[in-house]
Amino acid sequence: MKRWLPLVVFLVLVGFFAKGLFLNPREVPSPFIGKAAPAFSLPLVGDANASFSPENMKGKIWLLNVWAPWCVSCRQEHGVLMELAQTQTVPIVGLNWKDKSREAEQLLREQGSPYAAVPDDQTGMVGIDYGVTGTPETYIIDQAGIVRMKHVGPISPDVWKDKIEPKLKELGA
Amino acid sequence: MIPELGNFALIVALLLALTQAVLPLIGAQRGNLTLMAVARPAAQGQFVFVLIAYFCLVYAFITNDFSVENVARNSFSQLPEIYRFTATWGSHEGSFLLWVLILAFWTTAVSVFSRHLPDDMVARVLGVMGLISVGFLAFLLTTSNPFDRLLPAAADGRDMNPLLQDWGMIIHPPMLYMGYVGFAVAFAFAIAALLSGRLDAAWARWSRPWTTVAWAFLTLGIMLGSWWAYRELGWGGWWFWDPTENASFMPWIAGTALIHSLAVTEKRGAFKAWTVLLALIAFSLSLLGTFLVRSGVLSSVHAFATDPARGAFILGFLVIVIGGSLALFAWRAPKMLTGGRFNWFSREALLLANNVVLLAALGSVLLGTLYPLLIDALGMGKISVGPPYFNAVFVPLMAPALFLMGIGPLARWKEASLPDMVTRLKWALAISVATGVLLPLTLDGFNAWATFGFAMSMWIVLTVLIGFRERMKNGGRLATLPRSFWGMQLAHFGMAVGVAGITLVANYQEERDVRMNVGDHTTLAGYTFTFQGTTEHAGPNYRAARGTVEVSKDGKKLFVMHPEKRIYNASGMPMTEAAIDPNFFRDVYVALGEPLDNEARAWAVRVFHKPFINWLWFGAVFMVVGGFLAASDRRYRIAVKASAPTGAVAQGA
Repeated sequence: MKRWLPLVVFLVLVGFFAKGLFLNPREVPSPFIGKAAPAFSLPLVGDANASFSPENMKGKIWLLNVWAPWCVSCRQEHGVLMELAQTQTVPIVGLNWKDKSREAEQLLREQGSPYAAVPDDQTGMVGIDYGVTGTPETYIIDQAGIVRMKHVGPISPDVWKDKIEPKLKELGA
Repeated sequence: MIPELGNFALIVALLLALTQAVLPLIGAQRGNLTLMAVARPAAQGQFVFVLIAYFCLVYAFITNDFSVENVARNSFSQLPEIYRFTATWGSHEGSFLLWVLILAFWTTAVSVFSRHLPDDMVARVLGVMGLISVGFLAFLLTTSNPFDRLLPAAADGRDMNPLLQDWGMIIHPPMLYMGYVGFAVAFAFAIAALLSGRLDAAWARWSRPWTTVAWAFLTLGIMLGSWWAYRELGWGGWWFWDPTENASFMPWIAGTALIHSLAVTEKRGAFKAWTVLLALIAFSLSLLGTFLVRSGVLSSVHAFATDPARGAFILGFLVIVIGGSLALFAWRAPKMLTGGRFNWFSREALLLANNVVLLAALGSVLLGTLYPLLIDALGMGKISVGPPYFNAVFVPLMAPALFLMGIGPLARWKEASLPDMVTRLKWALAISVATGVLLPLTLDGFNAWATFGFAMSMWIVLTVLIGFRERMKNGGRLATLPRSFWGMQLAHFGMAVGVAGITLVANYQEERDVRMNVGDHTTLAGYTFTFQGTTEHAGPNYRAARGTVEVSKDGKKLFVMHPEKRIYNASGMPMTEAAIDPNFFRDVYVALGEPLDNEARAWAVRVFHKPFINWLWFGAVFMVVGGFLAASDRRYRIAVKASAPTGAVAQGA
């Protein structure tokens, strides 16, 4: 029955493809899930004298959104974040990542800022501590400072509804 | 208004494609000449309407109509006009429209150059191509309409991906698609033959020129893609074993195997089932490549739109087309009698061996490409398969393939004599081995990879020369040798040139990453590079830091290079524009990395010396020319004249 072999091989592959369609190859599991969010202290964009540290957020559930002014998909999620900020569900902290050309402050002034604070990670070192693979990425951090979830890529209304909001409910926000 | 016209033209094209698919296939089954006669006008009409749709899209891009979503997402008012034109296929929707346009073009070409074929064959071939077109047009209209409006219109576009703003990208996609889609013709011939049950030498002769031309286009497309990656990605590499690259390389390997297998089927009537299967596989891999690149199941440096709905549609389409054709193959296979006996040592046997090696290479690339997906789907984690796997598996498989490439053309059909071959080839073998062993010693000491590469390259060159000499001895003159012979030898020679280039650049390139302040210099491969700082520079849709690097050798100033670091206005995307000084023997390549201080005076600079890299592209050009030459052989045109009705003699294939 070797004449059926090509068909059989193909159908097995189809099974894998069908499964693969519902997997995201860009989704890399973060080793930080369930562990304490790495500590840092960074100056704020727009106010270099003030600083931000995850310590400040103890007792709150919050989102750490890694973004950059040069990042196109960050602009895509900017609108969604603005709407979320209005609902005041959770505070969003926007880690300004590797902003070498110093454009973040002006951009947020022009476009509006959804962020409770914007720490300035100019060298990208904090991003490395968090295992950031690219922008945008968003971490959910709970009251005890534990990373609960990581989302890679822009937050669309669907991502919010299906992925982030349920997790926040579960954590009791 | 114009975009709606384009949309309407697409709908008409879909209806014509349906007509072209259904009526002629029914007609061919029932022997109804009237129904069969629908095929040609329907195919040509479909082409006209797809072309109209395409021009409507071009119009929307050229006139900056940002009320069309596709234009708003992929173009920009400051974009130079030529890129606004190429942006038509820079997007997901547009690239599928180009796919359909090229399919319609090939279909029309078949409808014109097929006067000598039996009516039912033409009806079936065009019908099958119509079916494929129906699938793609339905895909466009339902999930990826390039004419979808955006209300309210965007004020300006988001710009084309800066990576694609390069003139290599102007011709790369059309050429690649000409190849990809061209295999649809061989596929349609194979299905038509399976349906009619007439698998004979004539069928192979009809398929051959079409397959060779598609293969030549694919070769050209892959070469342009590789050349683009080399110049534009700024890493100095020319092949990354990226899923997108593999997606175009796999049909190429299958097509190469098919060309050789078709030769045996035409000349000797052997390998019929095998040849049919290869024709199905070559086009299936083209479709599979489209699925892999467009559905987002694999991650790739070429990040394109990823949308599961679209992926599901293409997957369903794959199941129908590939699954259906493989089922038809399994059902009809027993009818294919193997003709033409041959000895274990004969040209047939050598070509079969070469086919097996090529398929093994194909399998290794397919496995490496799909492995991350298979592992992920089995829930066994995330992995990526990189160049080390491909180089370790693929390169050793090329050894027997290249060796056989030298012997095959010199062996007799049916039965060759081993002692005779040894006598004819012993000098070539000795010279090749000597070159392989001695050449690396004069360069950089013993190196097994280089030995293998040089020996194979020399082996092919010498066997090509022997091929010509033996033909001349038998009374042939260079000018009167058939074009198919010239074509084959040129393509093989091109392979030798390419292998030589790859061997040299892979084993003897030099590179250096240095921090350079204004006035600093560094030396590489005898060249001294002096960094003279950067200046601000404004392009049409980007601003750039343009570096000036002076290159000298032995104290003599040779030339000045200008690598750039660009930031594109609309997307804010940074881009590295490498500066390359090419010549016949080497490329000098300079790329700017990142500025290392705030005043942008010190930069990370990457310099390469790449010996003989251009031989890669030269080799590919030889293969392309060889392919076109072989496809234009007199034999295919004579077959036309012999059976064509009067008045239709001017058609060539």
